[in-house]
Amino acid sequence: MTSSSPTRRAPLLATYAAFVFAFIYLPIVVLILYSFNRDGVGGFPPRHLTLNWYAQLFADAPIWDSVLNSLIVAASSVVLSLGLGLLAALALDRATFPGKALFRRLVLLPLILPGIITGLSLLMFAVFAGVHLSLLTVFLGHGTALISVATTELFAGLQKVDRAQEEASLDLGATPWQTFWRITLPNLKLSLIAAGLLIFTLSMDEIAVTFFLIGRDNTLPLQIWGRLRRGITPEINAVSTLIFAVSVALIVIWYRVRARGLGTQAQELLERP
Amino acid sequence: MSVSLANPTEQGTATEAALLEVRKVAKRFGTIDVLKNISLNIASGEFLTLLGESGSGKTTLLRLIAGFEQPSVGEIWMSGQRLDILPPYRRRVNTVFQNYALFPHLSVRDNIAYGLRVKNTSRSEMSSRVDEALRMVKMQDFAASRPSKLSGGQQQRVALARALINRPQLLLLDEPLSALDANLRKEMQGELKALQREVGITFLFVTHDQEEAMALSGRIALLRDGALEQVASPREIYAHPATAYAAQFIGQTNLLRGEIRDSIATCGALRWLLDETDGPVIFSLRPESIRICADGKRQTSEVKFRATVRQQFYGGPSELLEVDCGSGQMLRVRIPARGPLAGEHDFVFTLADAIRMKE
Repeated sequence: MTSSSPTRRAPLLATYAAFVFAFIYLPIVVLILYSFNRDGVGGFPPRHLTLNWYAQLFADAPIWDSVLNSLIVAASSVVLSLGLGLLAALALDRATFPGKALFRRLVLLPLILPGIITGLSLLMFAVFAGVHLSLLTVFLGHGTALISVATTELFAGLQKVDRAQEEASLDLGATPWQTFWRITLPNLKLSLIAAGLLIFTLSMDEIAVTFFLIGRDNTLPLQIWGRLRRGITPEINAVSTLIFAVSVALIVIWYRVRARGLGTQAQELLERP
Repeated sequence: MSVSLANPTEQGTATEAALLEVRKVAKRFGTIDVLKNISLNIASGEFLTLLGESGSGKTTLLRLIAGFEQPSVGEIWMSGQRLDILPPYRRRVNTVFQNYALFPHLSVRDNIAYGLRVKNTSRSEMSSRVDEALRMVKMQDFAASRPSKLSGGQQQRVALARALINRPQLLLLDEPLSALDANLRKEMQGELKALQREVGITFLFVTHDQEEAMALSGRIALLRDGALEQVASPREIYAHPATAYAAQFIGQTNLLRGEIRDSIATCGALRWLLDETDGPVIFSLRPESIRICADGKRQTSEVKFRATVRQQFYGGPSELLEVDCGSGQMLRVRIPARGPLAGEHDFVFTLADAIRMKE
């Protein structure tokens, strides 16, 4: 009886699951569909397919400027937050110092802090410091707010590093510095890639913090948001479709990288005599 | 202790040319004394084994010598220089780690070359020395492989070659064979011993396996609860264990507890004349020192007793009996294999084989 009840409930469960997935993914499907619809966002079902909106999109300079801005901000945020996050993760993993628990909480706090608070406080700081709002302030905002993400990922990675390997390196005559570059960092490679991809995507579609810190140069999400106030055009659908495609590609890469990491670990576990 | 009986060919002492001197070293972790007042000399070229149960402090002593821990008290000297104040990378000591700790992201060749590479050794010298090391451990065919593709025994060889490439004065081996299965283990023991003879480097070997320690070592340092119980050659320690603990840990033995009164030693059902002062005693009597007395006669230097065979464990050339001397006093007896035995028999042992010892 216990074995038959899940089977009997399966169709119900499947229907329920279908509804949930439809709720999540149908809007995306519609969005992608209408990027190919000649008659714009009106009119259902779409009758004539076209690539015109994409042509229009590719000729739209402001959009591409904003894409470039977003890429610059995201890439430099990855560098900044990975650099500082690695130092914080090393301190959390290896050092003992007074106030370590407080330090950990302070580093990880931005993870749960609402973007509005982070953005507003950074804005007030910029005004106080007399810094003009520009891509630089956006970059500083993203780069610092995402340190917590880098720290968590890299800390988890450091905890998995086999300390005996580092001892073996010291034992063989490598200085602590050589050991860090030759042993610790290569062992962290997967965590660095994973954290980098995560930070990159988070920065790419960040709105709340960006909104407070943006100067004259828009990032892509703010560009889109600005245009939406003047009504939806299928050009927005087209750019969203492209973003969606790139995001999916990045997610796939991320999972591949992770799976490979888990794969070798599982392999080593199995092969350990 | 009857150290004077040490067989001189067995490297019974390490007084001349001590390579490593551990001087009154203690190590405390929090409130736990892991090592207590350890003094130990290791001679150049020696194969010395730190033997002890898990938690006896043997790995901690090894880590103090390698430089991963600092002694709480005492000093460590090597070749006339203070060792314990140097960081691990300045010590002419290399280690074979318990689970090898090979670098997974480097090939076998790069693993072995690591010690030379971090010291900016010239390319040509590095290449020839790595080739030599690969040959020494018979791993030439695997130079390009990643460690994860190797079997346990092969990883073991790579770890050895990697540790020996720097030509250390002292090689530390932390239970290097414990991860291998029994057959491979025996094989690697042979290779290790041959290798040590070949390179002439001093080996400090850590194990909890007394058979392995006996098979490999010139001397054994037996550790118990962070203190040295006995340091002697395997033969010496087996024939003349200093304490009851040593007697039980190294090989099998029967511990006979009893007392001496009016020049008669009494241990349960066993009694014999012994001209020593009165008081409680412990004797160690190895199972192979007892034999079956078929004709019922005994020499004057022998002790005879009657006992019932309770268990018999066949072991190829020999077999082990558990015999009951009456009132539940069980003794283990090792005799040449002779077929099933039951019932009561006479057994004898030579008085000199009952070794008196400290608790």
